[in-house]
Amino acid sequence: MAKEVQRVKLSLWERLFFPTLINGFKVTLGHFLSFKKSKVYEHKNKTNKFKTTLNYPEELWSVPEGFRGAPYLVNDQDGSTKCVSCQLCEFVCPPKAIRITPPGIDGEDAHREGAEKMPEDFEINMLRCIFCGFCEEVCPEQAIFLAKDYYEGYNEKLMNRDYALTGSNREEMVFHKDKLLERGGTHHDRIKKWEKKTQDAKEQESFPVTMAEKNIND
Amino acid sequence: MVEWINSLPPVMWAAGLPASEQFAIFSLLKIVIAIFAVVMPMVAYSVIAERRISAWIQDRVGPNRVGIPFTKIHLWGLGQPMADGVKSILKEDFTPAHVRKIYFWLAPAIAMIPALMTLAVIPFGNTVTPGSGEANKAVIADLNVGILYTFGIVSLSVYSIVLAGYASNSKYPFLGGIRSSAQMISYEIAMGMSIIPVFMLVGELNLTKVVEYQANGAWIVFKQPIAFIVFLIAAFAETNRLPFDMPESESELVGGYNTEYSSMKFAMFFMGEYAAMIAVSAMMVVLFLGGWTLPFAGLNESADSLGMGLIQLGIFISKLLLFMGLFIWIRWMLPRFRYDRLMDVGWKRFVPLALANIVVTAIYLYLTIPK
Repeated sequence: MAKEVQRVKLSLWERLFFPTLINGFKVTLGHFLSFKKSKVYEHKNKTNKFKTTLNYPEELWSVPEGFRGAPYLVNDQDGSTKCVSCQLCEFVCPPKAIRITPPGIDGEDAHREGAEKMPEDFEINMLRCIFCGFCEEVCPEQAIFLAKDYYEGYNEKLMNRDYALTGSNREEMVFHKDKLLERGGTHHDRIKKWEKKTQDAKEQESFPVTMAEKNIND
Repeated sequence: MVEWINSLPPVMWAAGLPASEQFAIFSLLKIVIAIFAVVMPMVAYSVIAERRISAWIQDRVGPNRVGIPFTKIHLWGLGQPMADGVKSILKEDFTPAHVRKIYFWLAPAIAMIPALMTLAVIPFGNTVTPGSGEANKAVIADLNVGILYTFGIVSLSVYSIVLAGYASNSKYPFLGGIRSSAQMISYEIAMGMSIIPVFMLVGELNLTKVVEYQANGAWIVFKQPIAFIVFLIAAFAETNRLPFDMPESESELVGGYNTEYSSMKFAMFFMGEYAAMIAVSAMMVVLFLGGWTLPFAGLNESADSLGMGLIQLGIFISKLLLFMGLFIWIRWMLPRFRYDRLMDVGWKRFVPLALANIVVTAIYLYLTIPK
């Protein structure tokens, strides 16, 4: 049912727009004369009121926790590539931005002992990437992460933040394995899955296997 | 100074010419100087002023980067107009396939021209009589029907918007064009009627005479406050500034009449708007705020030296900038009117108010002026 809105009866003075005008002048003049400082001058500012915009390249946004930046590959603490070239991320990637070249039968072995393989090349087309984070979610090895902040060894002068991916041509925006690993930095792996697997494999080399006994001893 | 100017070869050459040719040359010189040394830089800098002031009012930073090219000097962003101009020229000048090309090209030109032509009759300074020399009038064309000329030209400026709206052949510009035709024509009536009492007081249509009248007495704004208010508000409507920017109204018409325009053609509309603001501010200064005069320190008497003339020119320009500041300020203060309210205010409030003002002034003059 339609509801009738009761309009406020305005006095003649109000209908002349003058109160509105005076209020408008007051509000705008107040903001004009407040001289809010840009965040650069944070140390000089006591009122804790800042301008709503930033002087961009000098001042940067503080990126919130959980920010999904560009996806990068990571090394573990031993400096070896974590990715095992399973291609799950490639399959799950909605815009098909990821392309993995597997090593093949004669390819280079993985750095880590026990791990079967690592990708020969890992491409992410940053122009196609939609930063959905599916690759990070699907990865069984925790080898790819959407970086929140700048990578380790970040160069201040380059201003290459993950929310400001820039390049001068299309080729430059296709990140290859080396670049992705360099930017991804190191991810501290606490589980050390492949180390345990290698150990188990070594124990299995001597026959008979004494797994049952081992478990009891533990 | 004057002797040095008189000894320059072009001046010597001009001095040998017949008086009519001399007049033509000096008028041309005045036009070139007034347009390219005064008005165009003012247009450019009122754009950056608008952007910075809006930023300050809204607690933003605003454009503060561009300084002198290829150096690290920022100059608080004062190089911005240059960057804007270069950008406008280098941008792709896109003409949509469905437009009517002749009118589409004509409209931006018409946006700029009336505003600049109006400035021809504005007395921007005092009559300078240096030493024993002859009097130089600081006005490009000292017409004795000044204000009629002004209104004749100002009414042309609606054509640019209407043509742009029509030629674009698309619905938003068309709506903008229709709105502007109704709005500008209605407010022109209120505007024209509001200044009739001014000329009833002065008794002349020549704008130079209007300033002289104010130099010898009080400014007309104190004698005709209602005329001033009506003229001021009508000026906002005539220049399509907020709160009356119906033809443009970005939020509902996607930019109105200039939706289909890009590159320098868009910039022409933009510059035309600011040039119109300058023209109408200059008119308000001349009609109501006493032109180049200030009522103290002998600044309302005729200038006998070039320095005095320049000071009075400075006074004129600072008064003009005051109005420009008001235009910019109001834009960031008030929301847009509803269209029927706009028409209401124009026809039902301002036209009767201006008419009543004429009648009251006429009765006052009939009673006070001795026959």
